[in-house]
Amino acid sequence: MMHQKSVLRVVSKLLIPPILLFALYVQFHGDFGPGGGFQAGVIFATAFILYGLIFGVATARRVIPAAATRTMLSLGLLLYGGTGIWSLLLGGEFLDYNLLASTPSAGQHLGILLVEFGVGMTVAGAMTTIFYTFAAQTLGGDDTPKEEV
Amino acid sequence: MFEIHAGLFNYWAAIALMMVGFYIVIAQGNLIKKIVGLNIFQVAVFVFYISMGKIDGGTAPILGEGIKVYSNPLPHVLILTAIVVGVATTALALALVVRINRSYGTIEEREIIEINHAADHDEDTRL
Amino acid sequence: MAGTAISMLWLRDLFAVVMLSGIYSLFAAVLYVVMDAVDVAFTEAAVGAGISTVLMLGTLALTKSKERAHKKISYGPLVLVLLTGGVLIYGTLDMPRYGDANAPIHSHVANRYIEKSGSEVGPPNIVTSVLASYRGYDTLGETAVVFTAAIGVLVIIGRRRKNKKDTPQAPKTKEGSTS
Repeated sequence: MMHQKSVLRVVSKLLIPPILLFALYVQFHGDFGPGGGFQAGVIFATAFILYGLIFGVATARRVIPAAATRTMLSLGLLLYGGTGIWSLLLGGEFLDYNLLASTPSAGQHLGILLVEFGVGMTVAGAMTTIFYTFAAQTLGGDDTPKEEV
Repeated sequence: MFEIHAGLFNYWAAIALMMVGFYIVIAQGNLIKKIVGLNIFQVAVFVFYISMGKIDGGTAPILGEGIKVYSNPLPHVLILTAIVVGVATTALALALVVRINRSYGTIEEREIIEINHAADHDEDTRL
Repeated sequence: MAGTAISMLWLRDLFAVVMLSGIYSLFAAVLYVVMDAVDVAFTEAAVGAGISTVLMLGTLALTKSKERAHKKISYGPLVLVLLTGGVLIYGTLDMPRYGDANAPIHSHVANRYIEKSGSEVGPPNIVTSVLASYRGYDTLGETAVVFTAAIGVLVIIGRRRKNKKDTPQAPKTKEGSTS
């Protein structure tokens, strides 16, 4: 039934690239205007969720497999923690960005960029994973027997 | 009396919303509705926090030329992260509801309690 | 906003309740803009009105979209709620007034953020500086919470697909990798 809604299909095809681009803009422009990793991650996930809703979750899984979203989920947190460890190895305190580059201000800039990117990846991965998990339940439908308590 | 307390209106509005959410959580039996109630409560707390950070004549906390007064950025940071964490925990709660529905076949609190009582009763008679 | 909240209280059609909760979130986002919290409004509009509505609709598809009939008013909880609300309102009488620049919340660490973040951290958006640099530990913890919640969802309801892989008549499980 979902495949007959041609207006939705065309409009969402037009919308998804700008949504992804906007997510990247929000991610990397968050230093200057409103935005940052949390919002960018959510917007990024929204693009995939919209795609999954319109074209079916199986198609969305082919575009971005569940394993990829789970990897994103963990890599983001690792990137965040890794930035902290990196500053430790350079002789500073945990998450002290001043040492990451030659000057403190460049270091702060790099540190914030990495950390925000980590946040964005984790949030995008988490939201897409959660959506896939919920959608996988409906694929089963009602024909599967209920588990015993 | 109302003029004296006019500056407190923001807190009262947040408290009113909080209480609507609280009532849904404790009085309604449907689990999904309880989660919606928790969300209402949560957003009310966010509004409460953000309203504390507002300064008269201030602008959004983005540095710019010739701007002297900024609203307090600290509540913004706290609530920004809290919103995203809130939706993640909501998803967890919804997953629990799906799991409960799979085990009990219902998401009404009262029916779940009845099923549990019946199961206990069965065990008692068997012993 | 209060209107949407109260109609959510009365409605028994859960579909309408979920839609109203999205509208409620959008109202909240408007309120945040009015109170200068642009970053927060952005997040609320994307998360509250977008993702959580989708997730709730997904849950409705898996469960029931009608609530069982219940008593319209239960007096015990109502009294409790009114009592709690009364106590909280009594508590606000000593709070600083809305928009007061001399309130205690504005006189400690916030000034440091506003005055120094431009030179100490760099980005013009103070919220970003505080989020990623001054309170980096805090944000690391929040990210870990989001991570843990996603893992929790996978553990609670992600497992069924593994069971279904054993049954041959499920064609769609082949494409996604299983948990």
